[in-house]
Amino acid sequence: MSETTPFTDDTVFELQRHFRFQWEPAQQGFVLLYPEGMVKLPGSSGEIMKRIDGKLTVRGIIEDLQTAFPGMDLKGDVMGFLEHVHGKGWIRPKQAG
Amino acid sequence: MEKAGSVPSKPGNPLWLLAEVTYKCPLHCVFCYNPIDYTRYGEELTTDDWLRVLRQGRELGATQLGFSGGEPLMRDDLEIMVTEARKLGYYSNLITSGIGLSEKRIAAFKEGGLDHIQLSFQDSTREMNDFLSSTKTFELKQKVAKLIKQYDYPMVLNCVLHRHNIDHVQQILEMAEAMNAEYVELANTQYYGWAYVNREQLLPTREQLKRAEEVTNKFRERVGNKMKIFFVVPDYYEERPKACMNGWGALFLTVTSDGLALPCHEARQLPGLTFPNVRDHDLGWIWYDSPGFNAYRGDSWMKEPCRSCPEKVKDFGGCRCQAYMLTGDATNTDPVCGLSPLHHLVTEVVDQAQLPVSPKAEVKPILFRDDKNSRALSKTPA
Ligand code: SF4
Ligand code: SF4
Repeated sequence: MSETTPFTDDTVFELQRHFRFQWEPAQQGFVLLYPEGMVKLPGSSGEIMKRIDGKLTVRGIIEDLQTAFPGMDLKGDVMGFLEHVHGKGWIRPKQAG
Repeated sequence: MEKAGSVPSKPGNPLWLLAEVTYKCPLHCVFCYNPIDYTRYGEELTTDDWLRVLRQGRELGATQLGFSGGEPLMRDDLEIMVTEARKLGYYSNLITSGIGLSEKRIAAFKEGGLDHIQLSFQDSTREMNDFLSSTKTFELKQKVAKLIKQYDYPMVLNCVLHRHNIDHVQQILEMAEAMNAEYVELANTQYYGWAYVNREQLLPTREQLKRAEEVTNKFRERVGNKMKIFFVVPDYYEERPKACMNGWGALFLTVTSDGLALPCHEARQLPGLTFPNVRDHDLGWIWYDSPGFNAYRGDSWMKEPCRSCPEKVKDFGGCRCQAYMLTGDATNTDPVCGLSPLHHLVTEVVDQAQLPVSPKAEVKPILFRDDKNSRALSKTPA
């Protein structure tokens, strides 16, 4: 599940099966829900996760973030974050079909 | 000396809502953690009561919701609750023995948005399974396991271990693998409720535990990531208590079938505390203001050795119910802790368990959880 196959700018990620990403009004923040657990995704981590939709490529995510937050160099942060959550098995490259 | 820090007395919001929607259950597990006097408790909450509880829990910020019991499938309005839970934004978990999970019902759960199902197995061999749950259920559970896959739920198996089945860990794991289980929880019995009554018969030997862990580790190596295996040792064999419920009134809120709101599903047995009923109060008051939920928050209630112990921020002094059951005082250190002056209450039981056949077990028959036994036990004051 958490095999850390390298990914490229063209990789399209989606949430792991049975994971859910949502805004929590009570906590004023994004969270990721999964069987019997939850992680809070504050600040930029929530913004990145929001864009993992099974459609955008890694490059697309970075570009989209750059439009939303102009003037910041985000590439390193995004790559680092994706590597981290991919390693944890929270996201996976989009599966065919 | 290390400074002891302190446990926060102001709670955050609850994250977990556990809905014990019924105490009814077609099974009769000897390790059942339900209260032994469950037949005494009043009427079950109505559908509307539950929907109100779900709403209020969500407003407080709870994200995880567990439907348990008893056997939650005994409620024929579970579909309604599941659907509402999804609408409200819960991540919902059904904790079930699988009895009563027809294709029609699982289809409705999927449609309603149930996120996750945890299936409990008593053991891998038909005979053992039937003995331990005292009904013919094993084949049925295999059918249920197929349905779970078919409806694209992750296959999460839970098997409660004890003296009579712990030697079958290899078979249990093989069965889990054959069923393509993704997660397997091998949880040793925790001694509450019925399990406490049957403690002498259920506590495994040290040798049994060691073997079971070895088998588990080997299996883990072989299957790697495709099946995650969790092995939970009985805390009687530990030197430090578990951080029970992650702290009293810190994350968990349980509502029982008769409407009692509890910081943990065992808490209703604690003397001197009254817990509020969701028929009379809203969850916000219950969580933040009710005396019951505040009783063991923070650390001012603690006695020594916990009070000045640096580990109290980690384990909160262990389990209040266990402290009460074993020492008669819920504010004592959980006697599982090696630092407790009453630790011998645990080690004596553990020593006893090392004997080939517990002599007590010979005279005291194992007690199955059922209404008749519950009524009998309700009469004798605990
Ligand atoms: S432990 Fe067994 S008897 Fe108790 S509620 Fe669960 S399935 Fe029923
Ligand atoms: S004395 Fe034991 S139970 Fe109490 S806080 Fe220290 S380690 Fe935990």
